[in-house]
Amino acid sequence: MARVTELDVNGTRCRVDADPDRTLLSVLRDDLDLTGTKFGCGEGQCSACTVLIDGTPTKSCLTKVGTVGAKRVVTIEGLAASGKLHPVQEAFLEADAMQCGWCTPGMILGAVGLLERFPHPSEADIVSSMNGHICRCGTYSRVVRAIQMAAQTVAKQGGRA
Amino acid sequence: MNRRDFFAVLGGGVVVMLVDDGVYAQETGGGRGGPRQAPQNLSAWLHIGETGMVTVYSGKVEVGQNARTSLTQAVAEELRTPVASIRMVLADTELTPYDFGTVGSQTTPQMWPVIRRAAAAARETLVDLASQKWMVERSAIQVVDGKVMAGSHSAGFGELTNGEKLTRTIAASAALAPATEWKIAGTSLPKVNGREMVTGAHRFTYDTKAPDMLYGKVLHPSSFGATLVSLDSAAAEAMPGVKVVHEGDFVGVTAPDPFTAEKAVAALKADWKAVAAEASSKDVYAYFKKNGRDATDGAGLTAYTVAYIAHVPLEPRSALAQWKDGALTVWTGSQRPFGVRSELAQHFGMPEERVRVIVPDTGSGYGGKHNGEAAYEAARLAKATGKPVKRNWTREEEMTWAYFRPGGLIEVGGKLNPDGTLAEWEMHNYNSGPSALQTPYDVPRKKEQMHQSKSPLRQGSYRGLAGTANHFVRESYMDELAHSAGIDPLEFRLKNARNERLRAVIQAAADKFGWNSRKKTPGRGFGISGGFEKGSYVANCAEVSVIDGAVKVVRVVEAFECGAVVNPEHLRNQVEGAIAMGMGGALFEQVDFADNKIVTNRLARYRVPRFADMPVIETVLLDRNDIPSAGAGETPLMGLAPAIGNAIFDATGQRIRSLPMAPGKLPSATSSSVPAAG
Repeated sequence: MARVTELDVNGTRCRVDADPDRTLLSVLRDDLDLTGTKFGCGEGQCSACTVLIDGTPTKSCLTKVGTVGAKRVVTIEGLAASGKLHPVQEAFLEADAMQCGWCTPGMILGAVGLLERFPHPSEADIVSSMNGHICRCGTYSRVVRAIQMAAQTVAKQGGRA
Repeated sequence: MNRRDFFAVLGGGVVVMLVDDGVYAQETGGGRGGPRQAPQNLSAWLHIGETGMVTVYSGKVEVGQNARTSLTQAVAEELRTPVASIRMVLADTELTPYDFGTVGSQTTPQMWPVIRRAAAAARETLVDLASQKWMVERSAIQVVDGKVMAGSHSAGFGELTNGEKLTRTIAASAALAPATEWKIAGTSLPKVNGREMVTGAHRFTYDTKAPDMLYGKVLHPSSFGATLVSLDSAAAEAMPGVKVVHEGDFVGVTAPDPFTAEKAVAALKADWKAVAAEASSKDVYAYFKKNGRDATDGAGLTAYTVAYIAHVPLEPRSALAQWKDGALTVWTGSQRPFGVRSELAQHFGMPEERVRVIVPDTGSGYGGKHNGEAAYEAARLAKATGKPVKRNWTREEEMTWAYFRPGGLIEVGGKLNPDGTLAEWEMHNYNSGPSALQTPYDVPRKKEQMHQSKSPLRQGSYRGLAGTANHFVRESYMDELAHSAGIDPLEFRLKNARNERLRAVIQAAADKFGWNSRKKTPGRGFGISGGFEKGSYVANCAEVSVIDGAVKVVRVVEAFECGAVVNPEHLRNQVEGAIAMGMGGALFEQVDFADNKIVTNRLARYRVPRFADMPVIETVLLDRNDIPSAGAGETPLMGLAPAIGNAIFDATGQRIRSLPMAPGKLPSATSSSVPAAG
């Protein structure tokens, strides 16, 4: 399989030169220096490495970079539009939905993807769609609250997240 | 840094140095090897620059417990300056004074008042300056919002110092204003670097890079204790850019990128000579007893067990090491930067002054990052290759080659007087540790004994480690006694607790929970517990449902009291987090091991608490602003397991005397995330 030479990351066509068998996570972190996407387990169990691919939350540690093609990748660095935080980011700050912060980027992108699909999620919706994310510091109830708050903000703005 | 260095680096201004005058020596003496004396016992220092920027230096580490924020509050409180003008420099052995480690919930009781004193002394120095300059009485001078003012006079901190270089040295025991007068301390200041966390901008150690850096991997033995017989590294060495470092039993590789480094270490062919295992997770409790110092026969006592568990910090161990002119600099996520400096100096036979350890705010620790494993590996590979080396541990390495919370065997017994008060109490802890082994209840005759033993696994600190084990046993057995006497578990505790603070948290938890109005239905149960450790008091009530043997914790109430509350929201977050984390050790976390190998070496094989495991959590914070603040990182975890266990007994009549109590089937992560389509 041919080497990967280009990726669409955070709205920019990025030049890379990567073995297609490498993980998207490694290419983002090690080649593009987008270290906001975290390694947690490398086995798809913790979701710290979550990015959006064409809007869908995806575990970048299990994603071979050769499978990404021209799809749009969004990482935590690309979420705030020209310095203005996304409502989900604002809500995580407001709800103090973090302690050490290692799981936070993955949690936020998971939540953004969730709100794209379910703009008005119930608590049960949030728990079931976020259950793949581990927060070892145990801020789960705050993450649920942050997602509920963000959903309200987005609804008030009358649009999509 | 010495005084001259402070000013050379930072320019003129005011420097305040806090000298530890021994008040805390006893509290710091409990760590490994006891306290280390820093030059002149300096414990913190603070600099006010000519721009008015305040920089505070402390050896403490931020691991998610929000020390950076609470210490910032200490400065803002006393110096009366905006939070934005305060910069905390933490955990850099070159810049910050010696610190024994961010351990034992000691940052708030110990470092927090030290930093307040430094800030208060700086404020008084500014008042002195203003008094001289403006020729006004000190009493007429106010410090407000980063300015010093008197009548028509007003100046920023930097204007007052005006290029002078002033130094104050004060004792760490100087008096402080009481919590009842706090203005910024005691409020819920948001996490000071929260924005960096939600934007991914913060660089954890795992994220650090250096120009020309290589990626390092280490070949671990095939099992604990195995020794290397032979190594064939030809295939690895043939890979472009790969260097194999083989020195005795140490085998590592470096490569220009992590993918190649992984392939190279996988290409090493090694033969190992294994050693016979002394115990497995199946028979380890008998092993503890057999090897326990001064072991008793345990006749008439009831045995409880506590499994080894893993910390699973979500940021695995990591280090970046760089040698220059024979000096070593290492970035690493550790709770004991000065301890890691000593380790490295020893390993490489060099003076500590030639080693610098820097700890970026770290992706958690929970007592699991006290040592410098990754730092040592990175430094060794960097020395061998002459280039900076990054060494990021995998999850599997973290779950195998780190250390574990000790397992333990605990034997307990007690007798009651006819009125339900405790007459005798006896408790023996084998291997898991002496913390909180002493009962906080009133008993005329008691024997409480710690029996050191041998551990088949590498074991070490853990958030509330022995306190959790000893509380589980004591509070479960208190429940056994209450039931044997036919006394309500709440009433039984209040009957036997004379300590007012303990009574207050037990009562507060029961009130919030509605203990006295609880209604028993089939499959539902209620449990209560109380306790004390590290200067703070905790009580829990739990409601569980047990359906077809499946335990679900429905609701947990925790009342917690740690003296004066420094930051209510962060304390609440800490208490909630302790409950969430404690759910794992209480119900399903355990390290399985056999043949000197860890079976539960991946997250797919080791279940940690997730969203779906969470009960409704309610916290009651009792703010005792007449009592100095104690730490809150650990004690909130300790009462959870027995409250749940007692609730399971209430629901089923089944007394579970081992942690974890409900190890179910292995986890299957359900997730919103799907792998990208091919």
